[in-house]
Amino acid sequence: MVKLCVLIAAVSLLPILCLSFSPDNPTDRRVLVLLDDLSLKSSHSIFFNSIKSRGFDVDFKLADDPKLSLQRYGQYLYDALILFSPSTDRFGGSLDLAGVLDFVDSGHDLILAADESASDLIRNIATECGVDFDEDSSAIVIDHKSYAVSETEGDHTLIVSDDFIQSDVILGSTKVEAPVLYKGIAHSVNAANSLVLKVLSASPSAYSANPSSKLSSPPLLSGSAISLVSVVQARNNARITITGSLDMFSNRLLRSGVQKAGDSNKYSKSGNEQFVTELSRWVFHERGHLKAVNLRHHKVGETDEPAIYRINDDLEFSVEIYEWSGKSWEPYVTNDVQVQFYMMSPYVLKTLSTDQKGLYHTSFKVPDVYGVFQFKVEYQRLGYTALSLSKQIPVRPFRHNEYERFIPTAFPYYGASFTTMAGFFIFSIVYLYNK
Amino acid sequence: MVGKTEPVNGSVKQAAMSSSSSNPSRSDLLSSTFSLKSLKLKTKQQELLIRVSILCLVYILAFITRLFSVLRYESMIHEFDPYFNYRTTLFLTQKGFYEFWNWFDSESWYPLGRIIGGTLYPGLMVTAALIYWTLRLLRFAVHIREVCVLTAPFFASNTTLVAYFFGKEIWDSGAGLVAAALIAICPGYISRSVAGSYDNEGVAIFALLLTFYLFVKAVNTGSLAWALASAFGYFYMVSAWGGYVFIINLIPLYVLVLLITGRYSMRLYVAYNCMYVLGMLLAMQIRFVGFQHVQSGEHMAAMGVFFLMQVFYFLDWVKYMLSDTKMFQDFLRITVTCAVVAGAIALGVGTASGYISPWTGRFYSLLDPTYAKDHIPIIASVSEHQPTAWSSFMFDFHILLFLFPAGLYFCFKRLSDATIFIVMYGLTSMYFAGVMVRLILVATPAVCLISAIAVSATIKNLTSLIRTKSKTALTTSTKGSSGSKASSKASLDQSQPFQKNGAIALLFGAFYLLSRYVSHCTWVTSEAYSSPSIVLAARGAHGRVIFDDYREAYFWLRQNTPPDAKVMSWWDYGYQITAMGNRTVIVDNNTWNNTHIATVGRAMSSYEDEAYEIMRSLDVDYVLVVFGGVTGYSSDDINKFLWMVRIGGGVFPVIKEHDYLVNGEYRVDKGAAPKMLNCLMYKLSYYRFGELVTEYGKPSGYDRARGVEIGNKDIKLEYLEEAFTTSNWIVRIYKVKPPKNRW
Repeated sequence: MVKLCVLIAAVSLLPILCLSFSPDNPTDRRVLVLLDDLSLKSSHSIFFNSIKSRGFDVDFKLADDPKLSLQRYGQYLYDALILFSPSTDRFGGSLDLAGVLDFVDSGHDLILAADESASDLIRNIATECGVDFDEDSSAIVIDHKSYAVSETEGDHTLIVSDDFIQSDVILGSTKVEAPVLYKGIAHSVNAANSLVLKVLSASPSAYSANPSSKLSSPPLLSGSAISLVSVVQARNNARITITGSLDMFSNRLLRSGVQKAGDSNKYSKSGNEQFVTELSRWVFHERGHLKAVNLRHHKVGETDEPAIYRINDDLEFSVEIYEWSGKSWEPYVTNDVQVQFYMMSPYVLKTLSTDQKGLYHTSFKVPDVYGVFQFKVEYQRLGYTALSLSKQIPVRPFRHNEYERFIPTAFPYYGASFTTMAGFFIFSIVYLYNK
Repeated sequence: MVGKTEPVNGSVKQAAMSSSSSNPSRSDLLSSTFSLKSLKLKTKQQELLIRVSILCLVYILAFITRLFSVLRYESMIHEFDPYFNYRTTLFLTQKGFYEFWNWFDSESWYPLGRIIGGTLYPGLMVTAALIYWTLRLLRFAVHIREVCVLTAPFFASNTTLVAYFFGKEIWDSGAGLVAAALIAICPGYISRSVAGSYDNEGVAIFALLLTFYLFVKAVNTGSLAWALASAFGYFYMVSAWGGYVFIINLIPLYVLVLLITGRYSMRLYVAYNCMYVLGMLLAMQIRFVGFQHVQSGEHMAAMGVFFLMQVFYFLDWVKYMLSDTKMFQDFLRITVTCAVVAGAIALGVGTASGYISPWTGRFYSLLDPTYAKDHIPIIASVSEHQPTAWSSFMFDFHILLFLFPAGLYFCFKRLSDATIFIVMYGLTSMYFAGVMVRLILVATPAVCLISAIAVSATIKNLTSLIRTKSKTALTTSTKGSSGSKASSKASLDQSQPFQKNGAIALLFGAFYLLSRYVSHCTWVTSEAYSSPSIVLAARGAHGRVIFDDYREAYFWLRQNTPPDAKVMSWWDYGYQITAMGNRTVIVDNNTWNNTHIATVGRAMSSYEDEAYEIMRSLDVDYVLVVFGGVTGYSSDDINKFLWMVRIGGGVFPVIKEHDYLVNGEYRVDKGAAPKMLNCLMYKLSYYRFGELVTEYGKPSGYDRARGVEIGNKDIKLEYLEEAFTTSNWIVRIYKVKPPKNRW
């Protein structure tokens, strides 16, 4: 009876357990979308539907909803946040700039899209993530060479770009063939931030200015310094996407055909859909999420992990690395994982060999130096979660009885001392009893 | 030991009374009158009884006068180094000797670690552990801490016995008794041997005096057994304290002086050879010493004198074989020249090839007091390595300072092998005491012994003067302190009419001086030398105020930080953090790696962002600083800060001392150097201090330790956050923040 109760309880808890975010299931489940205007819900429905169809709970709220709250009783209600509310000056409810940043700093994901009307709040969030939108609030990206060809000549603010980041992890293994249509503001990545990456850059001929007024001074941002879409993977592996174009996600641009100016290739469908979908997959940890578990080490010939090593011990080291496929943990196979045996500087640096099933192992000799060492695995690859493991282990010198007791080079000394002793003994006897 | 301590604790009041009101000669007055009345004893037996009872009283007195610290505070370990000794003793008693011997400590000197077994003098720990095990065997369930606390007083008591025998050996038993009484309460010795001062010196002074006594005994008797005993005494000394180098240099020097003054004898040959060879072999068994004993420059004098002895013996033999004196003179000249040249060549080759290591910095700084100041800031930074001020001689020796030259006079008047030794011991150790404050300790036994000779000889002369004139009642009372039978050979001039009165006056003067000495010693012990320095006391408006901030901070560390957390602090507090906080430290009081200490010094004297890089590279989790601005506690990190700068700058030239000074002046107020106002140590010490009003009528942020208003009241920390500040702000602990998440 008791067992049955436990079973029922377990079964009923199972879906809740599955839904909640956990290291075992890094994929986001609950997404909050903040909008300026609920009409965006329909105008960007393709993007939202693709998220929904992948099994996410998408919750739409107005950005100034007075009941807006990301957390309740210290628990976050959402795993990811999509800010499609560029013109919001203040969020409703208790949410503010710090609230959004805390949300990210506690390991949750963020997609932020701005446009010409981007408010200071949205700009500040971006700045805190290492992305600076063009300070001129009327400026948008203009490109007179790689703009999208359309019936009307226009002001070349609907530009096309195919300068993607070279990463299968971020953008998926299928190449985005068609260029991406972009209409929005420019931003640059902060050079001081080592974590931010440009995913989609503007062409060298782009610049950021007000299209309706005459350009009086050189634009602040121009050429490939302009980033159109940037991503940040924080140190806690929270992922952030920032773009200056909300239209990029819209049904209109997702559906429209594209032809780059001066290019005869005409695509019936722009690359936007594939681009934003794949990017959202990456942001929501459906791809490129690694975990390293079971960091083990032991002496050769033993299985238990010792509390301390001795210098010149032979040891075996292993770690298991898995990649999240969106549904399950699959072995991560590569040949460039390295382990350091580290004390202020790496004394041993070895590439781990893999058994193709996720287990990486190697063996090496502890250096002839004592101290407090660390096994360190620092694996940072573009797009993948950064693996940074360290395990402390002291290394001691020989004990007094671990040295070799008799060494051949010392035989003359042994001989000398024993001869002296024997000689002294004989001398004493002769001296004392031989009158 | 417990069996002994209990009555001692019970009779503290009485003992304090007797120690403050009289010197031991009064107690023997009581006992002698008692014994005279009740028992019919022969004079010799009476004298023995008096002597033994005096010694017993002195023995107890030496123990109980050191218990002030326990009465004033509690039974606790004092200061810095004793905490390391306590921790190792605890380890020894828990894990056994072999584990102790092979102990690799990964909790200190992170990440280098320290081989404890090979870098300490185990004598103290083994002694305490043996006492502990003996008591356990006798079913006394004592805690190891109590044993550690009382080890130093116990050994101080034993030292009085050795002092008695030593005094008896070099002069007579009267001098021995006075020496025992003087050394029992001499502040110079008490400063390092109060209850709780569980440091190497506590047992080392006993071992030092024992070795010297046994060696002098061996020289006097020429007995192999005494020489062997002195070799073992030396072994115990080597196992207990690095100061054994003093023995291994003083004894050869003494032998050399005897050789030069033509006092070479077979007794000396036997004593020195046996002591040196066996002592060396035994000393090499201590891992920390090992082959240093035959390879390092400090030990070479002993070896040279050893070979010189053989040359002398050889020459003696040749002289005995040769009848022709002229031939012998030539032979002597050739041999001595050859021996000296051979020795010089051997020394030169050995030093050049690196086989003989040069003198260490500490040794240099002993011979040349200015050496450390110019070359080794880490030695110069320790307060107990400073040259001694005159006042501290007066403070530690009191009347002995005046009796010492008088004693030397008596020694020279009756020159013998033994008195030559004590004179040399006295003079060399007095020189060293002048070089370094802490070496007053080494000089103390010599000063006590020589002063005892002066006291004893004077009193004896005076009393014999009085006794020969007329048998007064005074005779019995002074007889005890003169100790032995009054010598009738003292030549007296009968023609002086005021001689008797003068002698009595002088005698009273001597007693007055001695009683002043007793009250001075008791006062010094209770007021100055019984402070544990880990618990601070101050006089407040409502009596005594206790600042127990150190322990508060260390227990906070123990309870609130992860077990593998690394704490960075200036090295002074390293031992205490590991012993009481049980956390890993970057540097500690075993200052074996100057670079590592300099790295910490550099971090403390850098700007916060630079310091953060250094702290990250050392995996530092917490930073601990000691700050006395609120309480007026002056030995805090801000006052030590210039040494951090100097030590850091000695290795990393980017740290420059003059960046922290304004016109050569060290200040923390508004006129301070900009680098000073923004370095890590300043920020950590004065963080949030600007908001605090410490003294009525003074502006906020008034630093009471330095008496100024601080210059930077608006301190913002970027890479660290305050984790804990003790109730009187003496210890402040900061947590190093992890790197920023999004940058």
